[in-house]
Amino acid sequence: MNSNILIIIIASAIFYGTPLFFAALGGIFTERSGVLNLGVEGTMLLGGVSGAWASQHVGGSAWFTVLMSIVIGMIAGGITSALLAFLCVTLKTNQTVAGLAITIFAGAVGLSSYFANIWGVAENPVPRQIRRLDVFGLADTPIVGPIIFNQTILTYVSWVLAVLSTVYLFRTRIGLQLRAVGESPQTADAMGISVVKYRYVHTILGGALAGIGGVFYSLAIVPTWVDGMTKGAGWIAIALVIFGFWRPSLTLLGAYLFGALQSLGSTLKARGVNISGDILDALPFVMTIVVLVLVSSRFAHRKLGAPAALGVPYEREER
Amino acid sequence: MGLETAIKMTGIVKKFPGVIANDHVNLDINFGEVHALLGENGAGKSTLSNILTGLYRPDDGSVEIAGTKVEFNSPRDALNAGIGMVHQHFRLVSTFTVAENVVLGESDSSLFMDQKAVAARVKELSDRYGLAVDPSARIWQLSVGEQQRVEILKVLYRGARVLILDEPTAVLTPIETTELFKTLRAMVAEGRTVIFISHKLDEVMAVSDRVTVLRGGRNVGTVNTRESSTRDLASLMVGRSVEFTRVQREVPAEARSIILNVTDISARDDRGGIALQSVSLTVGRGEIVGIAGVAGNGQRELAEVISGMRAMTSGSISVQGEKVQSGKARSAIAKGIAHVPEDRLHTGLASSHSVEDNLALKNYRTMSRFRILKRKSIRAQSTDLIERYDIKTPGSQTPVRLLSGGNVQKVLLAREFSALPKVLIAASPTRGLDVGAIETVRERLVQAADNGVGVLLISEDLDEIMSLADRILVMYEGRIVDEVPAEGADRERIGLTMGGIKL
Repeated sequence: MNSNILIIIIASAIFYGTPLFFAALGGIFTERSGVLNLGVEGTMLLGGVSGAWASQHVGGSAWFTVLMSIVIGMIAGGITSALLAFLCVTLKTNQTVAGLAITIFAGAVGLSSYFANIWGVAENPVPRQIRRLDVFGLADTPIVGPIIFNQTILTYVSWVLAVLSTVYLFRTRIGLQLRAVGESPQTADAMGISVVKYRYVHTILGGALAGIGGVFYSLAIVPTWVDGMTKGAGWIAIALVIFGFWRPSLTLLGAYLFGALQSLGSTLKARGVNISGDILDALPFVMTIVVLVLVSSRFAHRKLGAPAALGVPYEREER
Repeated sequence: MGLETAIKMTGIVKKFPGVIANDHVNLDINFGEVHALLGENGAGKSTLSNILTGLYRPDDGSVEIAGTKVEFNSPRDALNAGIGMVHQHFRLVSTFTVAENVVLGESDSSLFMDQKAVAARVKELSDRYGLAVDPSARIWQLSVGEQQRVEILKVLYRGARVLILDEPTAVLTPIETTELFKTLRAMVAEGRTVIFISHKLDEVMAVSDRVTVLRGGRNVGTVNTRESSTRDLASLMVGRSVEFTRVQREVPAEARSIILNVTDISARDDRGGIALQSVSLTVGRGEIVGIAGVAGNGQRELAEVISGMRAMTSGSISVQGEKVQSGKARSAIAKGIAHVPEDRLHTGLASSHSVEDNLALKNYRTMSRFRILKRKSIRAQSTDLIERYDIKTPGSQTPVRLLSGGNVQKVLLAREFSALPKVLIAASPTRGLDVGAIETVRERLVQAADNGVGVLLISEDLDEIMSLADRILVMYEGRIVDEVPAEGADRERIGLTMGGIKL
């Protein structure tokens, strides 16, 4: 019976960790290029509301609707972070302020809720959800069944992405140049690499991935639109990037750890374990604060391998 | 040795606001030679090389590479044309390996890089030119000398035929310098060209085939190194026949009591290297002491240590016998030291604050009650100083960054002088100003001295020092290497000692 609880916790950790991983992976790309995106929370919400709208309005087969929901969520996230890129890269504003502005602007009491209102997405549960699959009919296999073969399509996609993005970052030329832009934009510029282009592309890519994370909330976790439904997942994702040392593989593990914390409350309650729900709900954020405090010293940052030019606008030396 | 012309620059003009950095420069550089560009700071060496590497575009004139006219829009264009630059401040990603740094930005379309092939090619190049470095080492693990080798390898890997080295020996130990020179000779022996930018005369003599001397943005002569001497080059570099008038001042002998006493101070620079080594000097009442030297030889650090902005590692500073605490600007101010820093808009003033606030920065404590500023007093002081120092500003509340360079400097001088200092440290006080403003600033300095202030004038402009100072000290590599009275001082001698030649 006890091992049963453990399996359920692991399985739901993966489920709840999936949107965190998408958002954090986006953060890795963005930060590797030297841009700090504190607008993840707002970006996820805009992705989520757009995905919910698409689920209600795009016709066709269930698969097609879900696919379109994801794509539209990505586009919404991409547009949101294109705005961030414009502020940070072109206008060279303070990246912390720009990111916070995006989160406030797009967040729970902002644009995402406004769209939900005028589109009327909040009134009904989303008709086409992202459901758990039964891969190869193995979902009922003991132990590995619920953990591995009974997840959503996006979870499987995220596993592929974890591998691909590791290869991209550390094995390809583009990845090398991306990291150079984040480490030393002066060097990259002198070697003929376009700092502006790399920063735009990877900030937008990061926003699109955060958008997927938002869609996962509105189509899989809840699955209906609720204002501010991500409940701080964007902030957890930002902490996860650091927690994972800017590496996709470690971030994936971190996402599942936080996923476990998030799901612990409901899982235990369903099993009749009597712990205050408030304490359990607070756990991920307590962890987030602990992680951020531990790594926020400049010294730790350097040791952990933060991109050296993270958060610093690049200006070509002129006299 | 080939005699084919590698680079032909004709009539190059480059202007920056207020300065002509390059004034119709003609330059011919051959394949297979080490060609030195010699000159003081601000002579136009860096501008010229930035034009060659595509960072700047000339306002006028043409550049030919191996007989073909070229126009560069970016460093990439220059690299493609075979011109590579080794910057003084390295352009390396410190967390990457040597091989990764070398291939960075390479226009190769393959998705993955062949680490082994790159390492092999790097190894081959480093063996050929004696640039020993491990391709798999990370940059932060390497010494400064090794990092420079990586910079050179980077340029060679791209197939550059012309290498420009900007003050390459500034960061090297003597042994590393000797090795670098061997490498440079090996490269020119293969027909490549090296442009060696320096202000160190003995190094130019040791490594170059020909020397072009720049002064005030002009090419004042190209000579064969073998037919020249350090003495010739020094006089070309500082200019012999520039007319200048010494300001005649009468300072009563009894007024010359020592006011600033600096004893054996040493200090580190921002990177932790040694910037000052046992520097001792004195400034008397009403005396102007000039510090001559090429920038980067410790002058900035000297000014910062005396004004309390940088801690000293040893030594002591006193004003009229009273000790100034190390690294405490407030202590320096309390003892009567005023400071006109070289970077006036960043270090000297809060550039987005108003004129009146900047004027009150030093004495606002006297213009407040219960720690609340008295705006009326601040404005009254400002109105008074604007009037007395003839500061041209739309108003007392205009941000100083909107003023012209000369008026910015006047604001700074007004603030520093109004504190009635005993000692004034002025670092490059006229740099970047127009002729009229230069006159005003110089007059103010002389006036201050006439009123009994001890002035320490740090400047790269030798003419300025020779016309204002009573006594001249020469700094080289963090030491005072020479001291001469300004009256009848020998420019050649100063030029030589500035260039590190021991007399």
